[in-house]
Amino acid sequence: MAALLSIRGLRTWFHTRAGIARAVDDVNLHLQPGETLALAGESGSGKSVTAYSILRLIQPPGRIEAGEIMFNGTNLLTLDDRGIRNVRGNRVAMIFQEPLSAFNPVQKVGAQIVEAIRLHRRVSRRAAYARAVELLAQVGIPSPGARAHEFPHRLSGGMRQRAMIALALACEPDILIADEPTTALDVTTQAQILDLLKSLQARNGMGLLLITHDLGVVAETADRVAVMYAGRVVEEGPVDTLFSRPSHPYTAGLLAAVAIDDVPPGERLPEISGMAPSLLAMPQGCAFAARCPKASAAAGCFTESPVFSSLTLQRHVACFAANPAASPVTVFPRSAMRDDNVRVAA
Amino acid sequence: MKETGTEAAARTPLLELIDVVKRFDTGAGTVHALNGVSFRIRRGETLGLVGESGCGKSTVARLAVGIYPPTSGSVRFDGVDIHDTTTHQHLDRAAKKARHARMQMVFQDPFSSLNPRARIGRILEEPLIVHRRGNKRDRQERVAWLLERVGLKPEAAARYPHEFSGGQRQRVGIARALALRPDIMVCDEAVSALDVSIRAQILNLLLDLRREYQVAYLFISHDLSIVRHMSDRVAVMYLGRIVELALRDDLWRQPCHPYTQALMSAIPSVRPGRKNGKWMRLEGDLPSPFAPPPGCRFQTRCPFAEARCRSEEPLLKRVEGEHWAACHHCA
Repeated sequence: MAALLSIRGLRTWFHTRAGIARAVDDVNLHLQPGETLALAGESGSGKSVTAYSILRLIQPPGRIEAGEIMFNGTNLLTLDDRGIRNVRGNRVAMIFQEPLSAFNPVQKVGAQIVEAIRLHRRVSRRAAYARAVELLAQVGIPSPGARAHEFPHRLSGGMRQRAMIALALACEPDILIADEPTTALDVTTQAQILDLLKSLQARNGMGLLLITHDLGVVAETADRVAVMYAGRVVEEGPVDTLFSRPSHPYTAGLLAAVAIDDVPPGERLPEISGMAPSLLAMPQGCAFAARCPKASAAAGCFTESPVFSSLTLQRHVACFAANPAASPVTVFPRSAMRDDNVRVAA
Repeated sequence: MKETGTEAAARTPLLELIDVVKRFDTGAGTVHALNGVSFRIRRGETLGLVGESGCGKSTVARLAVGIYPPTSGSVRFDGVDIHDTTTHQHLDRAAKKARHARMQMVFQDPFSSLNPRARIGRILEEPLIVHRRGNKRDRQERVAWLLERVGLKPEAAARYPHEFSGGQRQRVGIARALALRPDIMVCDEAVSALDVSIRAQILNLLLDLRREYQVAYLFISHDLSIVRHMSDRVAVMYLGRIVELALRDDLWRQPCHPYTQALMSAIPSVRPGRKNGKWMRLEGDLPSPFAPPPGCRFQTRCPFAEARCRSEEPLLKRVEGEHWAACHHCA
C-alpha cells in the first residue's frame, strides 16, 4: 500500500550562536492511510521539530537542511509558500498541546472555524457556520450552537482541546498531526480526548501522527511507534511487538522506567543512568552509548553511528547490539520504505 | 499505668490536619479550595495525595508547611497547632523557626524554585545559616556531604542553577530540603516536570533518603502509579475533599469510591491487558470550585449517582480497618 506520507532523510538543524543543534538528523518515517503512528521520545529528542518540519513551520534559526517529505505525490519541502498554505490546515492539519495559545483569544470559536473552512473552500458564510456547529457537535461539545458563540478562554481545558480538534477537522484532512494533545489535560479528560481521536479516525480514515512523551498513551492509541532519541529515530515498529520485546536498549530502559507497577512498591526502580547529550555537543558514535548497558567498544558503539536498519519486515532499529546489520557497511536497507518512495517518485 | 511522655509523643501524629477548610476570596468570587480535609501522617510514614488539577492538592501542601493559615480547622505539627491564635504559640518566633527546620518542601518546578543568581553552594548553605547550624567550615562540609548524597559532584557548589539540567536541579532542590535533616518533606509534584528516564533516578533518591533517615513524606502527585510506588497510605482528593483514604494495598485491591475507580482505569498503561478492575470512562468536566455542586461533589460525573447523592453530602466513613471513603454507595 502506498504511504500517505513518507519522510526520508529529514534533517532540521538550528543554527544558534552556540553552534549547530541537530534537532532532527536523518529521520525516516512513513504513515499509511487510517493508521496511527506515534512519535515518542523525551524532551529535546526532536519529535515536535519533525512534526513542525512536515508543515514547514520551522522558524529561524531553525532550517530544514535536507530530506524529502512526500505527500500525495508532491514533496512538501519544495512547494512554494502558496502551495504549502494550501496543504496546511486543509489536507494536513495539526493540533497542539496548549489550545489556548493556538486559538485567537479575541475571536469567537465558531468564527475561527468558519475562517478555516472559507480559507480552503468556496462556501457561503452561513453554510460554513452551520458546518462549524456540526463539527463542534461531532467532537462531543454539549450545546454546540451556544459554544460557537463563546470566546476560547470561556471553555474548560478539555472542551478547548475538543474545539481545536473541530477546527483541525474543518476541511476533512488526510492527516492529523497531534503534538502532545493531552499533555496539559488531567487523566480522566485525557482518556476522553484519546477516545474521541480514535473514533474520528475510524469514521473518516485519516492518518494520525501522534507526538507524545507518554508511552502509556502510545500503547493505548497507536498502531506503530517510532522512538526518537537525540534527533534520530532509534527504533520503529508495531506497538504490540515493540513494547513486548523492545530491541533498542533505550526503548527497553524507557519501558522499564514507565512500568512502575512491575516493581514492588517502595523498591528501587530501574533507571537509565546519566542524561541525554546536548544537541550542540553530540558524542561520536551512538548518541545513547554513554548511558547504554550494552554499549561496547568492540561493536563500535563509541566510534560509529549505527544505521537505522530493518530487523524484521516491520521492525527497524539503529543499534549494533540489537542488530549486527546496523553496521555502516550495509548501506540504507530501508526495505519497508523503499517501495513506497519509488512508486511515489515515478 | 501512666504512660511516659516519650511514649505519648511517639503516638502523636507528626502532622495532622483536622477538618481544614480553605477559601480564597478572588475578584470573581470565593474559591472553595478545601472543604473539610482531615488526615494524619505518622513519623517516617509516606502519605500519598493524588487527584487532578484543581482538587486542592497544592493547597494542602502549603497549609501543611504553614505558608498560609486555614480558613477554619487546624493543622497540627507534632501535637502543636501551628496556626493557633488563642495561645501565643504562633507568636513565638523561636518555636516557629525550629518547627520550620523540621518541615521542608520540594517543589515541582526546579527552574523557578532556585535563585538563579546564587551558586549551588550558597543555595544549600542558606538554610544552615538561617537556622544557625555550625560555623562556616561545618556548613561547607555539610554542603559537600549533601551534594554527594544526592548524586552531584562537589564542583557543583561553585556553579549556578542554569548550568544544570532539570533532573540535576531537582537534586539540588532535594538537597536543600534535606540540609536541616527534616522530619517531614512535602513533595508537591516533585517529579512531574521530569522526563521518565530521569524521573526514576529522582524517585530512587527519595526512596533511599527515606530508608536512611526515616523521613516522612507528604507525596503529592497527579500520577497514580507513582503515588502507589512511593506511599504507605494514599488519599484520593476530588474538588477540595478527600474522597478515599486507605492503606496502599487495600486501595488497589478494593477501590471503593467511583472516582478512585475511574482514575485507576483512566491511566494509560504500557500493558493495556493488565487494567485494574473495570474499564470506566468519566463524562464531563470538573465542576467549578467557585460553585461546587450540592450533595456529593462527584455526583455530576458519577455513573452511580442517585437522588440522595444530589442532596446529601457523604462524609468520610470507615469501610473497614484503615480504609475510609466518602460515598453513599460504599460502607
